[in-house]
Amino acid sequence: MANDGVDKGRRRFLTATTAVVGGAGVVVAAIPFIKSWQPSARAKTAGAPVDADISKLEEGQMVIYEWRGQPVWIIRRTKAQLDALPGQDGRLRDPKSENADQQPKFAQNEYRSLKPEVLVLVGLCTHLGCAPKLHAELKPEPFDAEWKGGFFCPCHKSRFDMAGRVYDGVPAPSNLVVPPYKFVDDGHIVIGVSEGAA
Amino acid sequence: MANALSRAVTGVQEWFNDRAPSFGPFYRKHMTEYYAPKNFNIWYIFGVLSMVVLVNQIVTGIFLTMHFKPSAAEAFASVEYIMRDVEWGWLIRYMHSTGASAFFVVVYIHMFRGVMYGSYKKPRELVWVLGMLIYLVLMAEAFLGYVLPWGQMSFWGAKVIISLFGAIPYIGGALTEWIMGDYLPSDATLNRFFALHVIALPLVLLLLVVLHIFALHEVGSNNPDGVEIKKGPKGNRWSDKAPADGVPFHPYFTVKDTFYTGCFLMICAFILFFEPTLGGWFLEHDNFVEANRLVTPEHIKPVWYYTPFYAMLRVVPDKLLGVLVMFGAIVVLFFLPWLDRGKVKSWRYRGTGFRAAIFVLGVCFVWLGKIGAGPGTDPVETVVGRILTALYFGFFIFLFVYTHFGFEKTKPVPERVTGHD
Repeated sequence: MANDGVDKGRRRFLTATTAVVGGAGVVVAAIPFIKSWQPSARAKTAGAPVDADISKLEEGQMVIYEWRGQPVWIIRRTKAQLDALPGQDGRLRDPKSENADQQPKFAQNEYRSLKPEVLVLVGLCTHLGCAPKLHAELKPEPFDAEWKGGFFCPCHKSRFDMAGRVYDGVPAPSNLVVPPYKFVDDGHIVIGVSEGAA
Repeated sequence: MANALSRAVTGVQEWFNDRAPSFGPFYRKHMTEYYAPKNFNIWYIFGVLSMVVLVNQIVTGIFLTMHFKPSAAEAFASVEYIMRDVEWGWLIRYMHSTGASAFFVVVYIHMFRGVMYGSYKKPRELVWVLGMLIYLVLMAEAFLGYVLPWGQMSFWGAKVIISLFGAIPYIGGALTEWIMGDYLPSDATLNRFFALHVIALPLVLLLLVVLHIFALHEVGSNNPDGVEIKKGPKGNRWSDKAPADGVPFHPYFTVKDTFYTGCFLMICAFILFFEPTLGGWFLEHDNFVEANRLVTPEHIKPVWYYTPFYAMLRVVPDKLLGVLVMFGAIVVLFFLPWLDRGKVKSWRYRGTGFRAAIFVLGVCFVWLGKIGAGPGTDPVETVVGRILTALYFGFFIFLFVYTHFGFEKTKPVPERVTGHD
């Protein structure tokens, strides 16, 4: 009945434009709801940089700070531990720290640190976020007969060397994360900001 | 007097039917004139049981929200408050936690029933897919719920599960921050998980359950013989047009289901009163310790209903591949109706290969569940887990090859359901 004299082109145009505008409206309206799940201003503030005092840290010792709710390890490595690092390269998955997500540019070196002896790591296994344990001594361990010091994750047996580099054939896919940090002076580190950044 | 009363009842009925004429036919279509095969056996009670548990979860859940505080600072204490200080609070909470495990028990049996009797096959593919969606939402719902008490396993379980999304290349890191609303599971995470657990997913779940039942009632129920009663002879005691081998769902199956619901509730009550954590299987011991983000529990493991999939994640040495295998194990189930090309539905009349294969599937699932619940430090177990994972996926490949290339030797399927009068 009412289809007589219908301008089909006009109707199609109206249907299409309504659909496009409506669709765009839905997408735009979804943005605030999706964005509301982002870390809030308060969460971002709580994630601000942390000062760490390492002036009293002796060789071979570890101190743990908390940054963004994550444990951050600071370890003053011994000479023996440092000397053992190059020898491990053949057994590692990423000996040269080529996976750029795991450390700031400044730590893409043999020791994965700013100063060779001071190691700063996020103490969470890159497999499923458990806390690996420090086995610092260079002696055979039940999980590795040629152990040269490093970290062992009790959850799923991932192993890392004294630079936080992951061994081959364990569940963890990548090296332990080096957080951004910088030295204020010899005894003080700020975790959460890199040199050059604000 | 009686006359006046019956006139009043009739009057109200007429008044109602005048205003909502479709309600009566709707009720009849789904209850008194829904003809279900008369040869249903005990395997056919688990659909109704899952609805009983769903009602239990909703009712107890509503009452728990009246005392629970969805904040990281208060959640753990508020659950302890429910357990110790709220009158009968312990019962309501254990009904909810036992109900969660009972839900998966009945759903797993319900799904296995579908595989045994070929209930996913044409014309019931949509019923199966909707059911799989329910299972998927249920897994998410249970995970979110387990986070709420903010115990050690809540926190670390959440961390592990959310970190799975971090395995996605490029967007992984940003995605996990978006899910958590922070850089680790925190107050924001708990608060949004609460919202999803008590509002968003239950709404989706209810909608899917309604669609699952509607889809089933369009095509009619399958049965242990896998015979289509709608294609068989017509005419029974209630209607000339109804299938001869069908009986009205109400009152025949409602009575049967009510009886078995009673038995089921007795088993649940026994667990509830005597062993509510079921030795750490229903509620893990670590979850009675408040969440501490700097102390990792000795071994993190999910509740039993996820452990088969968790085992698959763990035995695969690569993280991204492990995540893909784990989700793939669930996704592949969606395609079961199209992987199985066999025309015969019930295992009663299917080839020996099929019967053996579903037995192997069952063994894989249970054994993987056991491995996933363990500490995962035994290298032999890792190898066994890999073999079982391969067998699990092998089932689907075998099923396709077996049925597509005509290797299956089926037995003749009877014209009508066994035991018809």
